[in-house]
Amino acid sequence: MTALVEIEDLTVRFSGERTVHAINGVSLSVAKGEVLALLGESGSGKSVTLKSIMQLLPGRRTQIGGRIRFDGRDVLALKGRALADFRGRDVAMIFQDPSLALDPVYSIGTQIAETVIRHEGVSRVAARSRALDMLKRVRIPSAERRLDNYPHEMSGGMRQRAMIALALACGPRLLLADEPTTALDATVQMQVLLLLRELQQEMDMSVIFVTHDIGVAVEIADRVAVMYAGTIVETGTISQIIKDPRHPYTKGLLAANLHGAVKGSRLDAIPGAPPTLEEPPTSCPFAPRCPSALPVCREARPPLVNRGPGRAVACVLEQEPAI
Amino acid sequence: MLGYLFSRLVSVIPVALGVSLICFLLVHIAPGDPLVAIMPIDATAEQEAEMRAVYGFDKPLPVQFGIWLSNAVQGDLGRSIATGRPVGPEVTRAVGNTLLLAAAASVIGFPLGIFFGFMAGYLRDTVWDRIITASAIAGVSTPNYWLGMVLVIIFSITWPLLPSMGAGPGGSGAWVWDWQHMRHLVLPAITLAVVPMGIVMRTTRALVSDILDQDFVQALYAKGMTRTGVLRHVARNAAPTALSVIGLQLGYLLGGSILIETVFNWPGSGYLLSVAILQRDLPMLQGTILVLAMFFVTLNLLVDIAQSMIDPRISRA
Repeated sequence: MTALVEIEDLTVRFSGERTVHAINGVSLSVAKGEVLALLGESGSGKSVTLKSIMQLLPGRRTQIGGRIRFDGRDVLALKGRALADFRGRDVAMIFQDPSLALDPVYSIGTQIAETVIRHEGVSRVAARSRALDMLKRVRIPSAERRLDNYPHEMSGGMRQRAMIALALACGPRLLLADEPTTALDATVQMQVLLLLRELQQEMDMSVIFVTHDIGVAVEIADRVAVMYAGTIVETGTISQIIKDPRHPYTKGLLAANLHGAVKGSRLDAIPGAPPTLEEPPTSCPFAPRCPSALPVCREARPPLVNRGPGRAVACVLEQEPAI
Repeated sequence: MLGYLFSRLVSVIPVALGVSLICFLLVHIAPGDPLVAIMPIDATAEQEAEMRAVYGFDKPLPVQFGIWLSNAVQGDLGRSIATGRPVGPEVTRAVGNTLLLAAAASVIGFPLGIFFGFMAGYLRDTVWDRIITASAIAGVSTPNYWLGMVLVIIFSITWPLLPSMGAGPGGSGAWVWDWQHMRHLVLPAITLAVVPMGIVMRTTRALVSDILDQDFVQALYAKGMTRTGVLRHVARNAAPTALSVIGLQLGYLLGGSILIETVFNWPGSGYLLSVAILQRDLPMLQGTILVLAMFFVTLNLLVDIAQSMIDPRISRA
């Protein structure tokens, strides 16, 4: 498999009233047709990583370092028209809350058609029929009628389906999904996940799926990258992560999960809180909360230890003992 | 949509009735006997009673209202107490002049206000934003009658470029669209436009800056829209609220130009009103207020309809 997206040593810093080092050296790659889940808690830099790929972060307050390549092209160097052409055609994005991500004063059909016209320069009629096709593909019932609906006339699940239809209308090769099921009911959540998985396979599309819910990652992902404090602490296939978590943070995350918890017993929450990231981490950012922290953890950033293809852990405990 | 239009039209009827009742009552609540102003001091009680009967002031208020309203609906607003002339034509001419002034001020104020407000909102927190916002605040806070006088001093007295008084050579009734007349419009229109321009600017800035923070704007960029495309979406989202502010400001331009019309001797409804107030000319006052109020009601209706056409949530929800 060849990589479609390669992120190398990405750093993102927000300046303003308070400086935040949101991303501190993230390297990732996503293969063609692969679904990668970015797993982590709020503020771990998952969404920021996604938005960096699209250059959606507020330009004046953001400093981005490192490299992002999409199909060999340097994405961070794209500007103006080329950037606008890239967004929505090569890479599309769906958002956490579709009721906020759709324009309230345009009908769904118009919003989808607008994207198609923008990227493919087709006629209004052709774009509209594409919009209708897309609504059918995401299985919105009575799609013809829904075409002229406004976002506020749809239910949450329907809106997210419409958002997916919009994102996939121009056949992107990469879909960025920013917690697209978090705002939905549990049952609707599962339907949307299944739909996404199905469409991903049909269209042979790569997906980066951001979530804080390991249960969601299991449903959708081939591979998982666990993020903490703007760094990747562990990557592996979904089964490797579930069955054999190596990083203490991943272990904590799994232990804190509701699945398999015994009724009445307390959940094993990870004690402490993530760092505020006003300074870039100079030691292991998880060390203050880590049950197996060593003195060396507080001295330097842990090395990323490779354990087989696509499997890496950023922890000193993974290093071969020094001879 | 048609249903909404119809219900909105029907709802105008009670509003218009209420407004006319208030117009009628307001002038009756005001202290002072209208007849005192015109009766000679040595008039006898019989003469006064006769005069009272002629104008209908001897009947109970509800009856007076009924007569006044049914006449008004037929286009007869009574006769002026001060001049004895019919109120209707006089009000029509004055309101026409006011509308002319308001329209000129709108043409200057609203496009500029919207343009600069949009710019400030889009370029928020930049130097441009600060300059625009500061000028908007200055515009809103400047008393416009003072500004009018300053403009007169500069452009009519120091450099006699523009006239400071009246509506042109033909007097109040003979407006012609030529430079001879239009130059009379320049100073009062600019003076009148400053406050609404500032308000529209500030509203538009706040709206645009607010909308730009919403998620859907990021989503629009994410689907590859160019800046122009995104701004079109922003404009459409800002339009309903901006429209209602413009509607209110238009109302202000119609009714609030009394001071400006006085400063510039503009023969409009404000001028007419102030004269009518001084003379306690009840029919003239009632007629002028009623016509202005009806314009205001119509204006609000038009704004509502326009809003519902732009924002689907208003009519369908």
